[in-house]
Amino acid sequence: MQGRDELVRSLAGLALFADLRDPDLEAIADPEWERDYAEGERVLRRGLSGGGLFVILDGEAAVEIKGDDEPRKLRRGDFFGEVSTLLQCKPTADVVARTPLHALEIPGPQLEAFLLQYPHVTYRMLQTVARRLRDVLE
Amino acid sequence: MASQGDDERPFPPGDYPVVVVGSGPGGLQASYCLARLGVEHAVISRDEAPGGMFRQLPIFQRLLSWSKPDAPAEPGTRAYEWYDHNSLLAEEREHRALVPAFMDRAYMVPSREEMERGLGAFAERVPLAIRFGCTWEGTRREDDGRLVLTTSDGEYRCRAAVFAIGVTTPWLSPIPGIEDVPHYVETRTPADYRGRSVFVIGKRNSGFEIADGLLPWARQIILGSPRPVQTAVIAQASVRARYLQPYEDAALGGGTFALDLSVERIERAEDSWRIVGSGTTRPGAVDLEVDDVIAATGFSTPLLDLDALGVRTVAQGRIPSLTPFWESERGSGIFFAGNATQGAAGLRKHGVGSASPAVHGFRYNARVMARRLAETHLGIPPSRERVERDELVPYLLQELTTAPELWTQKSYLARAVTLDGESDIVPLAHFVDATGPDAVAVTVEMNAAGETYPAVYLRRRGEIAERLLAPSLTNDFRDAEHERELRALL
Repeated sequence: MQGRDELVRSLAGLALFADLRDPDLEAIADPEWERDYAEGERVLRRGLSGGGLFVILDGEAAVEIKGDDEPRKLRRGDFFGEVSTLLQCKPTADVVARTPLHALEIPGPQLEAFLLQYPHVTYRMLQTVARRLRDVLE
Repeated sequence: MASQGDDERPFPPGDYPVVVVGSGPGGLQASYCLARLGVEHAVISRDEAPGGMFRQLPIFQRLLSWSKPDAPAEPGTRAYEWYDHNSLLAEEREHRALVPAFMDRAYMVPSREEMERGLGAFAERVPLAIRFGCTWEGTRREDDGRLVLTTSDGEYRCRAAVFAIGVTTPWLSPIPGIEDVPHYVETRTPADYRGRSVFVIGKRNSGFEIADGLLPWARQIILGSPRPVQTAVIAQASVRARYLQPYEDAALGGGTFALDLSVERIERAEDSWRIVGSGTTRPGAVDLEVDDVIAATGFSTPLLDLDALGVRTVAQGRIPSLTPFWESERGSGIFFAGNATQGAAGLRKHGVGSASPAVHGFRYNARVMARRLAETHLGIPPSRERVERDELVPYLLQELTTAPELWTQKSYLARAVTLDGESDIVPLAHFVDATGPDAVAVTVEMNAAGETYPAVYLRRRGEIAERLLAPSLTNDFRDAEHERELRALL
């Protein structure tokens, strides 16, 4: 059985949450935000509205874009769903669990409050998004 | 109900196609639905009478979910189910809407006792055979794939089992010192708290239920947990409107406090308790001395040894992780009914969860699950409604307006109709993720602003397209505008 302390420890080990105090991590480690997926299950669905921001706690997923033979792999600590959530548009790719996947989902309607509450997480997210943009431009 | 003598107990240990464990509302509904499909099954329960958790809980004896004796729809009709969240489903009109029949109309939510009587009447009138006093103790799988349930009465072999075992085992969050703290279920009578200060760990329904019950008695009530109280949209609220009086008291400074804090440790002194923690929403050290502490930290599913058969869990080990048809994994034959069906999370669009933790949600899950179980494990295909092509648009708009499945299980259950007119209620997650023939599925959804509107999912050559229709002021979508919109889509 995974106790809250384990979930808090799991979050504390992620770069995204590295600047947060334990009480903050406890507030984030809510069972209502915890998600579990079987291998092969879709986590984010292309064309469907209402998704959130996902952070992988354990396991592997892949970003599947139609016509792309080499899907981008996602691992522990990676996040996805931020573009469709922030811009309130439908995702343009599927994200599928490649192994049993344990994730945290920050529901779309709560993302703005979350990012304002934890600016250090926002800053680290921006760094990652900037890196992705640089990789595309290079 | 008189207790069963040994010679009159049904379902002795042995071989059955299906075994249902539990006689709460989930077990009763699953048994009823299996029976109506012609599925032979045994029902075993450790209790002495039907009702499950409602034989004891909630502590303050008043439910959260409404049953309106008089409503816009006629009692006993399908449309009325939306106004009666507590009765079980039946095909026969005389077995429907049983809970409101026992209500004294003092409130629009039943008391615990009224609920228990309604469930008991359902079991007795249908009637449902149950082997009471038979405790499930363990599970294994034989080489031929069949499941074996070991019980206090002996072994049951079956091709599929339905666990309607509730989410009823008191669960304590791992805080140093919490092991001495009474759980919600151990709350004493309110008069025992007269003039005392009480710290309640937890700010969800059970925490606020205690605060509401103790408000006329306690000197001071402090609720504490890391996350702020959510009340914004009813479908997303972690605290139902019925329990908002203590919250109002906290907001107005009436002596109650709802603190966002992480409790680091709890120390017990001779006549008091010390709570040490840190603020979350507002940082700062917290050090409190109170007369009593109650842990309203929730419950877990008593899964016993099911993890050895591959049952995974979510929510810190408390809930089984399930397929959209509430099976532990596809083909396992380990199904769930009742409160634990919340382990099939669905799409959770806009963060809105299912109603599966409550009777009005899981009663529909049980019906869909029984049909699936019968078809996939026993080769009994359920009969399905047929819809003529020129009837499709009015039929779907009628379902969107009145189908209780779609209104209670928003974005979770959907009415799906295939191109050749076969119609069924299915989990929405199954419809959008599984391959299948060209079809349309409709459901009712709610967004972050609390607006309710119809959603249409079209499956064409394996591709899913989502279209959201406009809301309606009166929640009636059977008008020219919606008809035009839907016809254009189809």
